[in-house]
Amino acid sequence: MVTAKDLSLARLAREPEYWRSLEELLETDDFRQHLHREFRVPIESGVNRRELLALAGASMALAGLTGCTRQPTERIYPYVRPPEEVVPGEPLLYATAHVHGGYARGILAESHEGRPTKIEGNSLHPASLGGTDVFAQAFVLDLYDPDRSQTLTERGEIRPWSALLAAVKLALEKERPTRGAGLRFLTTAVTSPTLSAQIAGILQAFPEAKWVAWEPAGRDNVYEGARLAFGEAVEPRYAYGRADVILSLEADFLGGGPAQPRSVRDFASRRRAQDTNRLYVAESTPSLTGARADHRRPMAPRQIEAFAQAVATAVGAIPSGSGPADPFAAAVAKDLLEHRGSGLVVAGESQPPAVHALAHAINQALGNAGKTVVYSEPVLAGPANQAAALAQLARDMREGRVSTLTILGGNPVFTAPADLKFAEAMEKVPLRLHLSLYDDETSRLCHWHAAQAHPLEAWSDARAYDGTATILQPLILPLYGGKSDHELLAAFSEQPEKTGHDIVKDYWRGKLAGADFEGAWRKALHDGVVEATALPTRAVSVKSSPLSAFDSEPHSGDSANLTVLFRPDPTVWDGSYANNGWLQELPKPLTKLTWDNAALISPSTAEELGVVNEDVVDLLLAGRRVTAPVWVMPGQAAGCVTLHFGYGRSRGGRIANGKGFDAYALRGTDGLWARAGLEIRKTGGHRQLVTTQHHHSMEGRNLVRSATAEDYRRDPGIVQKMGEAPPGPADTLYPRLPTGSYAWGLSIDLAACVGCNACVLACQAENNIPIVGKNEVSRGRAMHWIRIDRYYAGELENPETFHQPVTCMHCENAPCETVCPVAATVHSAEGLNQMVYNRCVGTRYCSNNCPYKVRRFNFFLYSDFKTEITKMVRNPEVTVRSRGVMEKCSYCVQRINRARITAEKENRPIRDGEIVTACQQACPAQAIVFGNIGDPESAVAKARAEKRQYGLLAELGTRPRTTYLGSISNPNPALPAAARREEGHGA
Amino acid sequence: MQIFHRSTNTISRVSVFGAVFFLAFLLWLFDALNRSPYTTQQGVARVQPVQFSHKHHVGSMGLDCRYCHTTVERAAYANIPSTKTCMNCHSQIWNQSPELEPVRESWRTDRSIDWVKVYDLPDFVYFNHSIHVAKGVGCETCHGRIDQMPLVSQHPNLQMSWCLDCHRNTERYLRPRDEVFTMGYVPAGNQEAIGEQLKSEYRIRPVYELTDCSTCHR
Amino acid sequence: MTDVTPRGGGKAAPSPGAILAPGYTFTTLTDKLASIALSRRTPVAWFVGAAVGFSLTMVLLVAVTWLLFRGIGVWGVNQPVGWGFEIVNFVWWIGIGHAGTLISAILLLLRQNWRNSINRFAEAMTIFAVACAGIYPALHTGRPWLDYWLIPYPNTMGMWPNFRSPLIWDVFAVSTYATVSLLFWYVGMIPDLATLRDRARRLGAKIVYGMLAMGWRGSARHWQRYETASLLLAGLATPLVVSVHTVVSFDFATGIVPGWHATIFPPYFVAGAIYAGFAMVLTLAIPLRKIYGLEDFITAKHLDNMAKILLATGLIVGYGYMVEAFMAFYSGNPYERFMFWNRLGGPYKHMYWALLFCNLVAPQALWFRKVRGTVPALFLLAMIVNVGMWLERYVIVVVSLHRDYLPSSWGMYHGTIFDWATFIGSIGLFLALMFLFIRLLPMISIFEMRAILPEAKVASEEEA
Repeated sequence: MVTAKDLSLARLAREPEYWRSLEELLETDDFRQHLHREFRVPIESGVNRRELLALAGASMALAGLTGCTRQPTERIYPYVRPPEEVVPGEPLLYATAHVHGGYARGILAESHEGRPTKIEGNSLHPASLGGTDVFAQAFVLDLYDPDRSQTLTERGEIRPWSALLAAVKLALEKERPTRGAGLRFLTTAVTSPTLSAQIAGILQAFPEAKWVAWEPAGRDNVYEGARLAFGEAVEPRYAYGRADVILSLEADFLGGGPAQPRSVRDFASRRRAQDTNRLYVAESTPSLTGARADHRRPMAPRQIEAFAQAVATAVGAIPSGSGPADPFAAAVAKDLLEHRGSGLVVAGESQPPAVHALAHAINQALGNAGKTVVYSEPVLAGPANQAAALAQLARDMREGRVSTLTILGGNPVFTAPADLKFAEAMEKVPLRLHLSLYDDETSRLCHWHAAQAHPLEAWSDARAYDGTATILQPLILPLYGGKSDHELLAAFSEQPEKTGHDIVKDYWRGKLAGADFEGAWRKALHDGVVEATALPTRAVSVKSSPLSAFDSEPHSGDSANLTVLFRPDPTVWDGSYANNGWLQELPKPLTKLTWDNAALISPSTAEELGVVNEDVVDLLLAGRRVTAPVWVMPGQAAGCVTLHFGYGRSRGGRIANGKGFDAYALRGTDGLWARAGLEIRKTGGHRQLVTTQHHHSMEGRNLVRSATAEDYRRDPGIVQKMGEAPPGPADTLYPRLPTGSYAWGLSIDLAACVGCNACVLACQAENNIPIVGKNEVSRGRAMHWIRIDRYYAGELENPETFHQPVTCMHCENAPCETVCPVAATVHSAEGLNQMVYNRCVGTRYCSNNCPYKVRRFNFFLYSDFKTEITKMVRNPEVTVRSRGVMEKCSYCVQRINRARITAEKENRPIRDGEIVTACQQACPAQAIVFGNIGDPESAVAKARAEKRQYGLLAELGTRPRTTYLGSISNPNPALPAAARREEGHGA
Repeated sequence: MQIFHRSTNTISRVSVFGAVFFLAFLLWLFDALNRSPYTTQQGVARVQPVQFSHKHHVGSMGLDCRYCHTTVERAAYANIPSTKTCMNCHSQIWNQSPELEPVRESWRTDRSIDWVKVYDLPDFVYFNHSIHVAKGVGCETCHGRIDQMPLVSQHPNLQMSWCLDCHRNTERYLRPRDEVFTMGYVPAGNQEAIGEQLKSEYRIRPVYELTDCSTCHR
Repeated sequence: MTDVTPRGGGKAAPSPGAILAPGYTFTTLTDKLASIALSRRTPVAWFVGAAVGFSLTMVLLVAVTWLLFRGIGVWGVNQPVGWGFEIVNFVWWIGIGHAGTLISAILLLLRQNWRNSINRFAEAMTIFAVACAGIYPALHTGRPWLDYWLIPYPNTMGMWPNFRSPLIWDVFAVSTYATVSLLFWYVGMIPDLATLRDRARRLGAKIVYGMLAMGWRGSARHWQRYETASLLLAGLATPLVVSVHTVVSFDFATGIVPGWHATIFPPYFVAGAIYAGFAMVLTLAIPLRKIYGLEDFITAKHLDNMAKILLATGLIVGYGYMVEAFMAFYSGNPYERFMFWNRLGGPYKHMYWALLFCNLVAPQALWFRKVRGTVPALFLLAMIVNVGMWLERYVIVVVSLHRDYLPSSWGMYHGTIFDWATFIGSIGLFLALMFLFIRLLPMISIFEMRAILPEAKVASEEEA
């Protein structure tokens, strides 16, 4: 047993090796469970489903993978009338978009004989430029989710579409006299020109009808802040690439935001050794942006406001200096002043309008406006203040003013602020229709539930952060006969039967440049962007002094007690991805937790409360209560408790249900993002949380190497000097292998990497990597081929954070190869460390002998051989691994082979950049480069020629083909450097 | 008293040595079975829904392989012809023949003809027709004298050692590109010599590259 | 307790130095030893022991069935700890399987005739231990049904195994060792089997023993061939004693895992094996001589000798520990250093300290003749060493793996219920086989015992 006293984190923090201590604290904590773990029969629901397949799997393994059994007879079903563009075995790419929080990010969807299997970024799209985020990578899995809603039902009875049309027609008849006074449409955030036009059309026919849009992680504050500053709601558009000094007021533009891939790309373009930008972050809870900051300060929400004021005052953006004289603020202000026109202040969605207003004021005062930030009309259509509109809707419903409520997508019953009692209010509506992917919490309370078509199944359109429109085209007919929002809305129009295709196409008719519409239409589809649809920028100027806002700001609670912060979950977002196994198992970028959310508490607060990891506590706020396990979060602002909403689903599907706790239950309109007055009570309970990384210190090993920009300028060799020099090529007893025509290598630039996880999911999707479930992850059996290691250094309360993607290193002297008894892992002439699943007998010796521990073993039959529909997402170019075999990163050998065969047929060498690995393709920061290191002209060879280049654990003589470029930080000399100098260097 | 008859001596001697041979025999039996057509399906003619005769179409009528197997030069799969391909001719000729009813049925109902796969590689093997054709490996080399097969059967045993035999000694099997689709090709001169020359001409990769696991397994 | 009281001899207890109690003649000695296998009445203790052994064997079968049905995941192995109980137990059993051959072969060549009373069941123990050990490598693979791929044979894949892998060396080392030990054991038993055949009353027994005796008539020719054969086998077996555990140690020594990658491993493992082996011989011998009243044959002298060997090998093993520690620091390799600190202070420290106590501290008691003379103390110490040697393998396999190079990948390992079931089950199998052997075969070599009777001395002197 461990008492809170032993676990005094502050005490540990004073010790030199406190990071290890923190981890041992977790382990001692584990210790309680050792006994039952020791004797736990290792089966749980997650695996149970597979358990049934064990036999099938074993026999499969026997039948399929051994040399000495007969092939079962297979059959061939050729086309009757072949579609002309399809060549069996040759994938096709279609340009479309992934819509996240309303904003479009351009993607290319790969289709194998009509099956979408993989998402890639669309380099022509402004928000993507070829990169993607995790959600874009994962949403193809939802398409094949067996838990998706598959029918149209009225009060549980299956009905034909026509029945719904009839019902709508009837309702409309009733509404006509009142000019639609009882009609309400509730959507999620909408940027679709077609959809807003459709709604506008309906509102024309029914002037009294109302349209409400609700996005749980919405942008109300952005627009309200703009209104506060400029007197009108405008959309700020940031150019991170042009900024030399960036101040983020809890703006997590690297981990989220309307154009995350683009922001990362722009930001990373300025993190390499040359003209490095400088990033200051003031935030209450650690974020990916904070992790990359040169100077980060954890602050409670109120402090951020004060800090923003102080900076604003110091740069003369606002007259009176009300903020306390904070040296940090002073230094930041000075730096911003020194970079007039090339500085940038960004406020996050979570910040109150006043902070946004301050940011705008500062940007204007420094002449950044128009340079690093421009403004345009709002990209989101519909009501500017969603929260207010939703509250109004709830009121109307409760007071019986709503007769027909139509909900397009979204899950308001689950996501609406708790104090609105939305479900209860909804019960008062006589006719409720819900169109959604899942038969979820909201559907249950609706008379009509219609299965929604997945974005890859339907025609639509959407705008990017800059307004650029993309036409979403379907790759496959609706698997479950789902309908799109457009088709449902058509039911309210004159042409109820109109197809989504016609609706979208007719909207764009005449709106496309050029006389030849068909040509322009086809071009728009092909490019994935509609030309010249970006919203024009506008000049706006700060009207009122944002200071006036503060007095109106309600001082929510006294700052004595705790403040709760509500944030969307980094992997399941607002809950809409909760049934996505890939995202559930994806380690959260900072906590590395999977399959759960937790109450993140700062170490000092944890100590005051006497709680440790996995302790279950009651969280009480304004009479509402949720129960959650605690996770001690280094870098969390003292007195702040972060809750990620999106978990705690009850009707989300087999994967989503019962995972984590529902933070929405605590979230009220009086504090959608932050609210003081939280009370925490220990319950004495204990809940296992599962993380993929237990240890946080680099143990003084120079794994992630980082140098400051000026140190690097002074001595470019500094990064290589941080570690023991690796032995030369001759220093081996083994004969050199014959070198093939190419020498494949991968370079990862740690200066660019922000740890966003996109590569992890891209790899999972490309290589048919199975998910294993919470229990298996807890037993250290996650399967990701590329993982992102996260290390801390410095003070516990505000550590430096390092991210390091780790793939198979494809060592030239691979320790795994010599020990495999059956030669199942061997070296290719081109330097690939090949893993041959069908030869592997599973001794796991290779994994033991791998210093990077990148090998993954199928301890059970992890791949799902039973569920037909989920097989459709698999990449036919990659073997689906069975039970008992080892697997690992292959450098996407299937892509290498495809490129080679093409080149060989054309009698030419493979061109540089012709092979793009999945991780490289997805990386928004372009931190990953793959190619032929033998060709000095190749991008990867150039990267390896950089002075920052080093090999992980290269001193072992493994001669890794995957190498790293050291990270570069650019701290402000005027500020005290963080304690990381020792540890961060790992020297 | 004597429990054992004298003969036991012989019996015991025989059995002691016999055991060794018996074990050896069992092993041999297993291996033989493993290589036999029973396991490999080599030369086993499959019953197809349509009694399509390559002998007739290729041998007698001299159809080119690529007329039906359209993607053999472009893609991994040689492509099993669509019903449409059959109907190109058979809507005109033999359009009443009962043998062809399944084809016409498929054409009417828009449902695929249900062929039995003859050359069935394990799912962890990634074979690509186009590259082999491009590098001068004849259809005949793997598929045998298709033009003499009324019903197609698997020509080689398709065991890994068979694949490796060619990947290890390409010179023994290569033929000029324009002979790839010929049946009954006879090398003009010494195959080894021609092979060697074609190897350099077609830039065939060295053995240690062709025998890399990832050439076929991913 | 026992139904066989020594007739004729054995009235006087054997003097401390003697390896056989006085007063035995060829007849009485043969009577006594043969009767153990032939007697119709079986001591209750045997039934108890056998029952335990067989029921635990059932546990093993259950565990293995479930393992094959579900997959290797039912064990606790994970990333980064790819090997757990299965390899720990494998090495432990193989180690135990060393004493037998050592005693029979090396001591035979060294003409240590005190071995004659313990070599037979020591050899049996070897065979059974190796059998138990064999279970693990066979089952620990992800796809056990493909284990035969480790054997080089011309196959349809045109593939050979990777001869660079120590696991392949294991296959050869262990199988050779098993074969030779088995032959040695059987050949050595033939004359006694003949004795049993001749003394058996029931026909069935006569026939079975007769077949096993292979028509042994004890003619001079037979004896001459027998001598040659056993000498040859002893010659073959001797290097094996050293080679097997050396090869097993290569499994680790050739790896780059800190805590594995050490040149000291081969000698250190061999010493450890003999250490464990003798501990197990003692563990078995002490109860046996009690149950069957064999104090006359396995005398205080034997126990004393074995205790000395225990002490000696124990010291070598201790030296091994010290070298490991020394190298960790002398090498200046940070990973090696961390590995050692982690053993001393990491999450598994209790294991390491326990192992030091069991293998290093406790056996020092054997310096005292008094301890070597007290049978219960010896038994206790032997038990402690058995445990200690298991812990040693646990520390080497698990503790080295759980924290190697990248802190991000460090993890913990806990054996699951199936790990334990398999382990305990294999002990059960071992006991079951042992008890069958004791009951049905001569556990003490009758003819070799005859050779150390005074009467035999006379004969041999006449020869000389």
